[in-house]
This record gives sequence, C-alpha cells and structure tokens, in this order.
Amino acid sequence: MEKVIKLRRGLDIRIEGSPDHSLNAPTVSYRKYAAKPTDFYGMKPKLAVKEGDRVLAGSALFYDKENPAVTVASPVSGAVTEIVYGERRVIREIRIEADEKIEYKTFSPIKPEEFTEGNVKERLLEAGLWPYIRQRPYDIPADPGQRPRDIFVSAFDTAPLAPDLDMAVNGQEMFFQAGIDALRCLTNGKVYVGVHRTKTASAAYNECKNAEVCVFEGKHPSGNVGVQIHHVAPINKGQTVWYVHPQDVIIMGRLFLKGVYDATKIVALGGSEVIRTGYHKVVAGLNVSYLLKDNLKQESDLRVISGNVLTGKTVGADGYLGAFDHLVSVIPEGNRFRFMGWLSPGFNLYSYSRTFFAWLFRNRQYRLDTNLNGGERAFVLTGQFEKVLPMDIYPMQLIKACMAEDIENMEALGIYEVAPEDFALCEYIDASKTEIQHVIRKGLELVRKEVG
Amino acid sequence: MLRNFLDKIKPHFGKDGKLHFLHSTFEAFESFLYVPDKVTVSGCHVRDALDMKRTMIMVVFALLPCFLFGIYNTGFMHFSALGETRDFWPTFWFGCTKVLPMLIVSYVVGLGIEFIFAQVRGHEVNEGFLVSGFLIPLICPPDVPLWMVGVATAFAVIIGKEVFGGTGMNIWNPALLARAFLFFAYPSRMSGDSVWVADAVSGPTALSHIASGATDAVPSVSQLFWGFIPGSVGETSKFCILIGAAILLWSGIGSFRIMFSAVAGAGLMAWIGHQTGATDATMIQHLLSGGFLFGAVFMATDPVTSAQTQAGKWIFGFLVGVMAMVIRIFNPAYPEGMMLAILLMNTFAPLIDYLVVNRNISRRKKRLRMASEPSAVVNS
Repeated sequence: MEKVIKLRRGLDIRIEGSPDHSLNAPTVSYRKYAAKPTDFYGMKPKLAVKEGDRVLAGSALFYDKENPAVTVASPVSGAVTEIVYGERRVIREIRIEADEKIEYKTFSPIKPEEFTEGNVKERLLEAGLWPYIRQRPYDIPADPGQRPRDIFVSAFDTAPLAPDLDMAVNGQEMFFQAGIDALRCLTNGKVYVGVHRTKTASAAYNECKNAEVCVFEGKHPSGNVGVQIHHVAPINKGQTVWYVHPQDVIIMGRLFLKGVYDATKIVALGGSEVIRTGYHKVVAGLNVSYLLKDNLKQESDLRVISGNVLTGKTVGADGYLGAFDHLVSVIPEGNRFRFMGWLSPGFNLYSYSRTFFAWLFRNRQYRLDTNLNGGERAFVLTGQFEKVLPMDIYPMQLIKACMAEDIENMEALGIYEVAPEDFALCEYIDASKTEIQHVIRKGLELVRKEVG
Repeated sequence: MLRNFLDKIKPHFGKDGKLHFLHSTFEAFESFLYVPDKVTVSGCHVRDALDMKRTMIMVVFALLPCFLFGIYNTGFMHFSALGETRDFWPTFWFGCTKVLPMLIVSYVVGLGIEFIFAQVRGHEVNEGFLVSGFLIPLICPPDVPLWMVGVATAFAVIIGKEVFGGTGMNIWNPALLARAFLFFAYPSRMSGDSVWVADAVSGPTALSHIASGATDAVPSVSQLFWGFIPGSVGETSKFCILIGAAILLWSGIGSFRIMFSAVAGAGLMAWIGHQTGATDATMIQHLLSGGFLFGAVFMATDPVTSAQTQAGKWIFGFLVGVMAMVIRIFNPAYPEGMMLAILLMNTFAPLIDYLVVNRNISRRKKRLRMASEPSAVVNS
C-alpha cells in the first residue's frame, strides 16, 4: 500500500442520529422537485424556461449570464409549476411537477476509448451537467474555457452525520470509472481520488484506474477536498484545480455510457429528530417532505438542513434537496434560555474542550441544537482554530486579513487554498461566535473581484 | 419566575424603550443569568457549548485554590508575626477582612468602567475583566491601601485596555499593568524587598533574601512549595498554583506551550546563574520563590497579550522565563523580575508572531516560485 497521509488535527462532533446503513426504496411516487440556482455559487443565473413549460430530464432550466453555454438541466421530466423569487428578484427555486415515469432527453453514448477533451466538454455542457464541476480557488463552478492543473475527487465524507459514500458507488462502479476516464481528458495533470484508510472499502475508489489514489486518515475535515488538495498538491497563486463529488462523477459516467442525464443518487437522512434514519435512492432536487413524512419525533421546533450541520442550508420540512447535497439533517431548534450557563456543571453539554463535565462520558452522543451558546465577542482565545484545521495555514491571521480586507496579506497567508467549508469547524468551536465561513466567503469574493 | 420577570422588563431596554441607554447593562445581567435563546442564522447550524463566559469562569475556577489559600496565609502570616496562634477559622476570617475588600474594589471599579465603555460604544459587555479583576488582588501585597487598588485598576482598564478598543485588542496584560502602575507610582509601598505581614511589622520575602545573598535565610523548599511564606496574596502556594495549572491545561483553556517553556527558560537561566556564581540560590529555589510560577501559569498564558501562534508561544514562554531570571539575578534593584519580564515580552509578542507567520508566508512564496519556474530553482 502506498503512503498514508495522516491528519492528526480535526474534530468529529459527537452528534446523535448517524444514518443507519439501510437502503430504502420509495414508498410513494415522488412528484415534487426543484432546482435552486443559488446552490451554484458564483453563477449568474438566467432562466431558460417559464412557468408552465414542459421539460425533459436533461433539458436546460437556466444558464449562466456570463457564459450562456453553461446550463443547469432539469433532473426530471415534467411541468415547471412555479418560479420562486427572493429579495431583489433573486431566482430561488424552479419548481417542477414530475411525470409518473421520467422521460429523458437522449444523447448519443460515448465509449470511454473515444473520450476526447472536445466531446467530453461538449456533452457535459449540452446535458447541463457542467456546473457540477467546481474549481478552487474561490469555490465556484468551473470555467469551461480553462484547463485545470489537476482534478480532485474526495471519495469519503467526514462531516457530522455524513453518508458513507461506499453506498453511493455500490452497483455504479462502471459509471464511476467512466466518469473518471472522462475527467482525465480535461486536465494535463492528474485526477486524484482521495480515500480513507479504514472507512473506504469499495474497490471502485481504492482501485480506480486512470487516477492516482491518495490515502488519508483522520477526523473531520480530512474528507474535505480542500484539505486533500492542500496535502497532495497545494494551489499556488494563478493555478486552478477542479473538483467533483463522486456521486456527480457517477451521474456523468451514466451520461456518457447510457446517453441520458439520470440524476439518481443516494441521499442519507440523519439527525436526532428523525425516527428512521437511513439511505434513500432518489433523484436530485427532491422535495424532502417525502423522506420526513411520519418520520419525525416532533414537528414544532426543528430545523431541516439540506447538507450537513456545519455547511448545509436551512430548507424547512417542505424544502428541496440542494444541488451538491447528499444528506438531509434534522436537528432541534435551540431557541430556549439556559439558566446560568457559565456555572452549570454541564453533564449533557457537548464541547470540544473539557470545560463541561460531559467529557466524563467518552462515547456518548449528543442531541445538539441550533442555539448559538453565547454572545458574539471579540477574538480572545488563540491556538484553538489550529486544533481543527489540518492545513499549513494560520487560521486566525487569515481570518483577520479577510476582515481587514487586506488582499496582499490574504494571498500571502493562503486564501487560494481554502474555501468556507474548510473553516466550518473553526466556526463551530469559536468561543467568540464569529461567523467565520461568511468572513472567508467575503474574503474570497473580494480577491476574485480584484485579482480575477 | 425570574425568566418571566426578565421578559417583562426587557421591552424597556429595547430600541424604543425609555431605558434604552442601559441596554448593554441589561444584556450583561440577562446573559449572566441565562445563556441567550439566540439561534444560528448562517454558517454552522450547531455551535460548541463553550462561550466566552465559560472560558473566563474556568480561569477563575483555576485561580480559586490560590485565592482561598492566599486568604488563609494572610491571616496566618499576621498572627505568626505577632507570635500568636489561632484556629483555622479566625485566621481565615482575618485574611478575608484584608483580601475581600481588595477584590470588591477591583471588581467595582473595573467592571464599572467596562460597563460605561460598553454602553457608550453600544457593545455587549465583555467578560475579560472577570479574570483581570480577580487577578489584581492576588498579585498585590495585602497591605495596599484600597484607594491605590482602585486607581491602579482604573489605570489598567482605561489606559491598558479600553484605549486599544477593549477586550481582545489590548497589548499588555491588564492585571499586570495595574501592578506595574502601583510599582512605579508608589514604589515605597511595593519595592518588593519586604512586604507587610502584620500591622507595623514587615518581613522580607524569600526573593529579597536571595537578592541580598542571604541564602541561609531563604525558607526551605517545602515551605516555598506549600506557601506558608510572606508574599503577594496569590503567589505563595506553588501547590495551589499547580492545581490551577492542571485545571487550565486539562480543560484546554491554558497554553501548555507557554507554561512549559517559561519554566524551561527560567530553569535554564537560573541554572546558568547558579553555575557561574551570579546567584547563590539554586534553580529550584528560584523557580519556587516569588511570583514566577504564578505569572507563568496565569499571566504569561493570557491568550490576548501573549504570542498568538503555536510556535510563537514556545518562544514567548521561553523568553519570559529567561528574562524573569535575568532581571532577578543581574539587576540588584529589582528582586522580582516576573512582572517586568511578562510586560516586556507582551510588547514583543506581535514581533514574535510576525516572524513566525512570515516563515509560513515565505514557504508559500517559495512554492509559487518553484511552480512557476522550476528550472530556475534547479539551477540556483
């Protein structure tokens, strides 16, 4: 076996409700779907459909104003029922009522031997799958005009309640390999597949061809693609790398081999408020209420999140699955007062530090809620963020450079190597309750605007 | 019931309430009683249970053994100087009458100023002073007049902290600044070569014996360790300080790097001093006497004013230890060097961090150079 990259720093939050390893088939027919342009951060969406239009699975719903060739396709066939706008006419959701049986827009299949940069790019663009390739720096959809240094795929997820991605590739090995073969044509460098030494068991990942397999070991965030890039081949100023989620690699593989945009994927359902956690085989953009029906311990005080509890978005019990999400987490809201929090022994309060007596219980899992657990303060503690960021980066100094909008310092301290999700744990443990992911996002935006 | 009362009066402090000008004060008291019901809006949906109040109170917990022992020792020194023996409780009570007023003055003055500044700035009241205000009486000799404690506290909070923007922005440790203020403004009271032990009686500290070369008069190592010696309120019992250090390290609040390297630096310097004959006291005597250990555990580790990078903390702590011993051994005017050593290194902490961070920056730049022109690097 090759070299294992061991990451000592990190934190696995002991949250209750990890998804059970059962795979559930749909019990009712799922009809409500939506695409959310806001999931594609960095894209300026323009509608390609209007209310009442009929779409096929694979026909474009919206495109990028700055590059009209980049489109996002409908995952299902059916009728566009409603277009929901937010503040300042931001397109929030394009809702689709799906047909009983999905009809696909058909493309001619391409054999892996025949992959070229040209036909792979063209097919991904015309099938509306291109924006699922994202780039670093800046954490935005990839630009089809560029050729990246390398392409990264992280084949394990270490986030709280995260799905086991071995489940996703089970039975789809052929498509995953085809997707990797296609991505191989898009770069002069390598395609890297990051696997976990103990958690990843699937041969599709471990013995992936046409790619270099990198073995990691460690707690969260070792599954974050940004952390893996940093340890395999860090991004320098001026370089671009791309990354794709393994489930999207599988969907791409299907497009090439079968000639259809079949957005079926495995989504995990977890969290302390769910009665039956587990995995579901669904199509992207599903309304989550199908999964939650008769499956919640309480209805009044909960938060339904598309994604994990560190980086996901609140969608509500009637919301839709995000484009890049493979997990629905349901946790209780924390809008209650806690008496004398600074003095309580805290036998049931989870903390990464040992300031509460909960550290006595080594293996307990906690029903964490959304309470901020304190008020916002100036940064006082130091040396804490370093414990959960396994990168050769000074987190506090970088955060402060972002706050000060000091581009020169941000560059010097490694802004090109990070994304907000890499700082999610820093935000989680921060005793000053600063919104660090937001700070990093704003810093990245500023650099993108000024440096390009 | 208390909650109902707070909810009832809360609107008066709101945006349109007539007591709005006191909103920071209300917020401070409310959050003292209850952790707010605020929930996360963006970013992480869950947050760690540790907040600033809990952080600060952990330090106060860690200081409690020193505080309680300090009270007892104040009484014990008093009665033993008078040649009397008393039971535990009268001794403890006498200590209380000396130490508690200092604590009250320090908290009232300091928190009063903090509240006013928070109010004017429209901030929430920061918890940092809970620790500073607790430290001030512990690092003063028990006979300091209360008005001096008040003036020193006001100086430390206003000049040491608020002018820089409040908690988290200050350069020097506020509690030490209060002591430094007393030290330089009222030197006759704080000269350090003898401290008050009872009314009209003063006794030399272990350090003044060391400084004058009278090593025979230095208390035994066990006395130094357990702490039944004259000195500032909190610094005498090394045993209690070690309990505090254990709490800080175990809970993850205090920095092991600073504590360890400070002891290492001081140990090394004291050993050199002893070997070269510059001081007659042994390394152990130096480490256990005076305020060195108290400063290393509770004051050098202040996360705001010490070095902020992990590597910088090793350097910072080591230099604090070295400087404390250098001042002690080679400067006859000051028997105690810990206060000045920490304040000096506080001043240089940003420089240490700058150098440490710069190494990271130049590593990144070098990587960029290698990536953009690999041939140039190979040739050179």
